[in-house]
Amino acid sequence: MSRLIAALSGGVDSAVAAARMVEAGHQVTGVHLALSRHPAAQRTGARGCCSLEDANDARRVADVLGLPYYVWDFSQEFHDSVVTDFLAQYAAGRTPNPCLRCNELVKFAALLERALALGFDGLVTGHYARLRRRPDAVVELWRAVDQAKDQSYVLGVMTPEQLRHCHFPLGDSTKPQVRAEAARRGLTVADKPDSSDICFIPDGDTQGWLYDKLGRAPGAILDADGVVLGQHQGAFAYTIGQRRGLRLGRPAVDGRPRYVTAVDPVRATVTVGSRQDLRVDRLWAVHPLWCDPLGPGTAWAERGSPTPAEVDHERTTRPEADPGGTTQAEVDPDGTIAVEDGPAGGRESPNSRPHGPAHPTAPPPGPAFAAQVQLRAHGQPLPAQVRWLGPDLIAIELAQPAHGVAPGQTAVIYDGDRVLGSATIDRTGQDVALARA
Amino acid sequence: MTTASPSPVYLDHAATTPLRPAARAAWLTAADQVGNPSSLHQPGRAARRLVEEAREQVALALGAEPAEVVFTAGGTEADNLAVIGTAWGRRSEDPARRRVLVSPIEHPAVLESADHLGQSGFEVVELAVGRDGRVDLERADRLLAFDPASLALVTCQAVNQETGAIQPVAELAALARRHGVPLHCDAVQAIGHGALAAGASPAPLLDQSDAPASLTASPAGPPSAVVAWTADLAALTVSGHKVGGPVGVGALLARRDLKLKPVLFGGGQERRVRSGTLPAALIAAFAVALTEQMATQAEQSRRLAQLAARLGRRLTDLGAVLVGPSDPAQRVCHIVNALFPGCEHDALLLSLDAAGLACSTGSACTAGVAQASPVLSALGYDPAQARSGLRFSLGWTTGPSDLDALDRALPEALARARAAGQRDWPSADAPRRPTTPATASPGWPAPPSTAAASPDPTGGRP
Repeated sequence: MSRLIAALSGGVDSAVAAARMVEAGHQVTGVHLALSRHPAAQRTGARGCCSLEDANDARRVADVLGLPYYVWDFSQEFHDSVVTDFLAQYAAGRTPNPCLRCNELVKFAALLERALALGFDGLVTGHYARLRRRPDAVVELWRAVDQAKDQSYVLGVMTPEQLRHCHFPLGDSTKPQVRAEAARRGLTVADKPDSSDICFIPDGDTQGWLYDKLGRAPGAILDADGVVLGQHQGAFAYTIGQRRGLRLGRPAVDGRPRYVTAVDPVRATVTVGSRQDLRVDRLWAVHPLWCDPLGPGTAWAERGSPTPAEVDHERTTRPEADPGGTTQAEVDPDGTIAVEDGPAGGRESPNSRPHGPAHPTAPPPGPAFAAQVQLRAHGQPLPAQVRWLGPDLIAIELAQPAHGVAPGQTAVIYDGDRVLGSATIDRTGQDVALARA
Repeated sequence: MTTASPSPVYLDHAATTPLRPAARAAWLTAADQVGNPSSLHQPGRAARRLVEEAREQVALALGAEPAEVVFTAGGTEADNLAVIGTAWGRRSEDPARRRVLVSPIEHPAVLESADHLGQSGFEVVELAVGRDGRVDLERADRLLAFDPASLALVTCQAVNQETGAIQPVAELAALARRHGVPLHCDAVQAIGHGALAAGASPAPLLDQSDAPASLTASPAGPPSAVVAWTADLAALTVSGHKVGGPVGVGALLARRDLKLKPVLFGGGQERRVRSGTLPAALIAAFAVALTEQMATQAEQSRRLAQLAARLGRRLTDLGAVLVGPSDPAQRVCHIVNALFPGCEHDALLLSLDAAGLACSTGSACTAGVAQASPVLSALGYDPAQARSGLRFSLGWTTGPSDLDALDRALPEALARARAAGQRDWPSADAPRRPTTPATASPGWPAPPSTAAASPDPTGGRP
């Protein structure tokens, strides 16, 4: 029996996750995170989990499950590490994913640290992902059974130490199963719509929100040759790959849709081009975080040996043996990569290392290894070669070009259904052959 | 640690206190009484009789006249009526009266009412409060003396809800009267704790055979500074559930000549200024509880003073810093507020709650978020300090075994909260209501002003 904090958003997933851990005999305390400094009284539409109504839903879940319930105020941490970063990234012409930052710096950092300090053993959340606890105490992160709901992408920022203290009891279930179970358990949130979009932009108008926060910085919309096609109110409000909302007077010469291909807030320009111009197959990514305590080295070193699947949750069905099997075992001849435990083992403030290396002892640049890379929360995994260029830099060579990849997005690296880690895309490029094509 | 013990140790009487058996009996009896007190037929008259007898009991217990008792739905409504109703009533008599004087450590029912006035053309001026949590009389005198003809109202609580500091309301009321300004006093935390004088010694109630023997004891407990319903006071707020009555009922004592404008509109059942069908059963139970609380306050205050002194010593031994006046005459004995350096108060509360101990972070909360105490912030404590305080409040059911349980649970809770530590939140926690800094800039820890001179580890507290 463990003493666990269940992070209750007020939604159906976290409710059922908590219920399952209670049923498994754990001592569970419900905690709702207050992330907004000025929470709205009520939810608007299907967005967010931060209104007082959501907090009340979480309280009702705790009531039904008989859990002690508290609201913990992480609005300051959330603002400092997620909202501020979101604005700074957009201001720099990047496209961040705030959910990943929240998981990295708030939910599985500040919240988990507080839970552990207060004598709890760990954290349970309603994320759709599976954990497999190996006999060597390493906890592997795997995709959920329900591929449509799989949330392993947004968990790709978790460190080995964080994974060790977490429970994701929904990883073996589908959303309809979870809803049915909620109804059966008398949880009134069973029919609550899924939250979507960015929780701190309640009306879903990201562009309007950015104008509101960053002001207007008008400039030109150009084509690749520098011909002015239109005007914009702030380059930061555009995202590479964006097609809608360009409001260009003239149609393209070739009559095809035009997309944002580059954003330059310094020169205040937005460049547009064809879909073909969006193709990239080289990505450089910084701030890698590895889910395995030994980094990706072991992932390719251990390929071929069956992965012990001591599964996180009793009710979890064992995933099939890894279907991948394509990765080459390439490791330094001595087979050792000197790395200590991940940083989460320490008590560092999340803010102290927002972009520092993932490991205190940086491993040397290694050879490339084959993996799959996912670039969006619900994107397809793309076959790629991943090369470790330095302590804080990796290169990703995609086997097939991807479209509309923006700096700031997170590349999550998979080995089949297992998450190896993640990194933040810093630059993109085209192979010479691709550029000519 | 997440399973509360079957009968939690309740140390949050300042939030609400258990229903007194006599009040419960009166409530249940009256609940069967059909009839709207405003109806003209026999059932209506019977219900009205319950209300009017209760009104007489309340008046008797507080030394007021029955006609001065306006029943409300509780302390918050009474405060709204007193602050907003008086301000508009006085302004309607003389448009020059467009300023209100408010202490910055009032309950939100008063502060938000004042804010509302501030948004409706009034100027809200704050009284100064010292580090000990008491209103500064000298500065209050100067504020009152400055253009008193423009003052619609001054409002000051009798006892602070977080620190237990007894305010110099009698002195303030005398000053206000001298300047011709009505004073409203929120006495919700004072009733029955020795800070509010009882009226005439109440005759035992007819159905009070089970009342404690001390019912007729004269009110002369340990705090000596006493607020009384004297001619200097214009209005006074009392609440039912803080004295062992039901939630949802309270009263405003208001002088006959106080011009009040309504804040709720309807039938004007109470003095044509408060509307809504009178809840006869709630009112009857409230009157019984209030009578019992006032009649037993001397004995209860002596008893709680001993328990509070013991609690204060224990908290000090554990490294806590007590908040509020060090002079026992300037504080009620049922509220003990302590800062725990290096701890977030909600972390402490969680561990104590898990051990079956109910106490309070002492502050208003939004959706369950424990926030920095606006009272401590107003007293000049920094945000980290204002998020480190716990309020333990004792009441008529509290006994030594409750403190024994707290003694046992505190060390582990403290160790855990210290391990979790305090977060460094630089700017966002600025006091909601920055006020004139009391004295020197606050440091950590904050010694009571007399602590240095006193060898008593409690700093001379009871």
